[in-house]
Amino acid sequence: MSHGRDTAPKPYGTVAGFATADELLAATQAVVNAGYKKLDAYSPVPVHGLADVMNFKDFRLHYGALAGGLTGATVGMSLQAITGGALTRIGIELPPMWQYAHNTGGKPLFSWPMFIPVMFECTILLTAFAVVGGLFALCGLPKPHHPIFNAEAFHRASQDRYFLCVEATDPRYAPDQVASLMHEMGAESVEHVMTSEGY
Amino acid sequence: MAYEPSIDKSLLEGEHTEASIDAAIADIVLDPKTHTQPAINHLKLGKLNVKIPAPEGYNSPWFLFMGIGFLFVNILLVSIAVLVFTGIGIWGNNQPVGWGFDIINFVWWIGIGHAGTLISAILLLLRQKWRNSINRFAEAMTIFAVMCAGIYPLLHTGRPWAAYWLFPYPNVLGMWPNFRSPLVWDVFAVSTYMTVSILFWFVGLIPDFATLRDRAKGKIARVAFGVASMGWKGSAKDWVRYEHASLILAGISTPLVLSVHTIVSFDFAMGIVPGWNVTIFPPYFVAGAVFAGFAMVITLMVPIRKWYKLEAFVTMKHFDWMAKVMLATGLIVVYGYAMEIFYAIYSGVPWELSLFHNRWEILQAPYSWAFWLLILFNGIIPQILWIPKMRQNLTVLMLVSASVSIGMWFERYVIIPISLTRDYLPSSYGYYTPTGWDFAMFFGSMGLFVFLLLLFIRFLPMINIFEIKELKHQLDHEAHAENGHGHGADTEAAPAH
Repeated sequence: MSHGRDTAPKPYGTVAGFATADELLAATQAVVNAGYKKLDAYSPVPVHGLADVMNFKDFRLHYGALAGGLTGATVGMSLQAITGGALTRIGIELPPMWQYAHNTGGKPLFSWPMFIPVMFECTILLTAFAVVGGLFALCGLPKPHHPIFNAEAFHRASQDRYFLCVEATDPRYAPDQVASLMHEMGAESVEHVMTSEGY
Repeated sequence: MAYEPSIDKSLLEGEHTEASIDAAIADIVLDPKTHTQPAINHLKLGKLNVKIPAPEGYNSPWFLFMGIGFLFVNILLVSIAVLVFTGIGIWGNNQPVGWGFDIINFVWWIGIGHAGTLISAILLLLRQKWRNSINRFAEAMTIFAVMCAGIYPLLHTGRPWAAYWLFPYPNVLGMWPNFRSPLVWDVFAVSTYMTVSILFWFVGLIPDFATLRDRAKGKIARVAFGVASMGWKGSAKDWVRYEHASLILAGISTPLVLSVHTIVSFDFAMGIVPGWNVTIFPPYFVAGAVFAGFAMVITLMVPIRKWYKLEAFVTMKHFDWMAKVMLATGLIVVYGYAMEIFYAIYSGVPWELSLFHNRWEILQAPYSWAFWLLILFNGIIPQILWIPKMRQNLTVLMLVSASVSIGMWFERYVIIPISLTRDYLPSSYGYYTPTGWDFAMFFGSMGLFVFLLLLFIRFLPMINIFEIKELKHQLDHEAHAENGHGHGADTEAAPAH
């Protein structure tokens, strides 16, 4: 179902497999030094230092978590204050369905110290949703298919091999040059990967 | 950069490659034979040799325990059905003791769950690498324990089909929850805890699902793990975000786990019942929860590690440290017991004093047996762990852990019904006797726990594969740094390709 979009396989990039994380790190450094910008590395474990080599920084998740937490705190506190009838103190009358003024031991309607536990739990809950939702959004999950999976050896990227991919969208991308650079850096396997039909 | 403590070499025993780690952990899930092969057919408890009877061809303890678990799940289902048809009158709680087994078991199970979050969150923040081998299992334990815990308050409402009344939602009655009640806090705390634990657990599983997807030979397994992994590629960019997410989740889970048991303890501490109205309850409950949780981790880890040959990943060092955590939290709990007595004496409040006479006067007080069993199981027996040799003896560890589990159950028994049987007025004096249904539900919930845990062992990797690989890398690097080598690949046994 192409709907007129060009869905024929296109070159995705050149993927090289390495035996160790250190080799991957060295190869990534070499590729970055050679001026390639559109690249990504794939590994079974997080390889520390790789993001620095790739000049990759992403702190959006932190801001997302902060936003989630602040929303949770606000929602949690206002839920309790408003439904507990605290707004009547400042002259705002809500329809009866939206508030139920409990008189608990003669405490004021806006007895905020008693509202902290629920506010706290709402903060945590929404922070967690923001973090996990943000992680999925930033990593593009769920996404069952990706062109990188077309690489023959790639099933080992989750097991014991380390891969580096220079993508075809890089302005300097030239399959043969990338391949020879990869071989130079000790790649075990080098493949030119196409996107799948229909993607 | 932040302080990185050097890692103990004994956290990973033997020589490993990434492939061997995959084979040892992932293939437990992928190869059904690991569950049917005769791993053991006798239990060795010191000199005692117990032969496990098993039907032909199913020698594995997995099937045996699954059978037992399933039986007890059915007992649980029957007792729930009877309860729902008859009402909570089938339980032993009645005036003046409105909280009996249901609340005892709720607090007990929630407490057991806390070790999982402690291991996965607090130890992550403290950069304790020994958590890597046990965190997945402990988190699973947390989730299942919270599930078991949740059953009780839900059924104790009497009308579990109206349980959604606990949550704030606009309704035609115009009613909203009383947010000043610790019981409402409990609803928020426990449901948040459950949700965040599941999220944290699932996020931790994603890279391992990808490993399983790529190793699976059968089509069903490949598709199932492929769906579960959601297309995880292990991209360096994704790993950066992933590590941020893990750290933030650990950061929020740490205060969360402390808040959950604090709020559970508020259920009591905010009341005016003698023996409940004490400020030490929150820290004392949290410590007790960790104490019980680690005991449960040890109880489960000792046999499972043996059945599935995981000695290389869960080493004696792990048991040593778990035992030390147990010992430390146990002492905090004992301090709590001492403080309760001190409060009674120091305050001079007659009701508090009479309550403590009620607890400790052997032969005279109706509940002294429970109090002294508690002191024995929680206070005295765990002190054996001061001796390093005892922390290395798995039989001793199992027995001490069992003692702690029983002791922590008695702690809640001592706190909950005993206080309720001696209130301020003689008219509210009574004695609490649980019924058969109380026991059926209690053992039934244990069966549910075992049942879920065995399903987890069968279908999900019980040790975090990628974190073990990471641990191996760090150990390799440290070894190289010590030997004065640079980076090298000689520890990677490069397989033919």
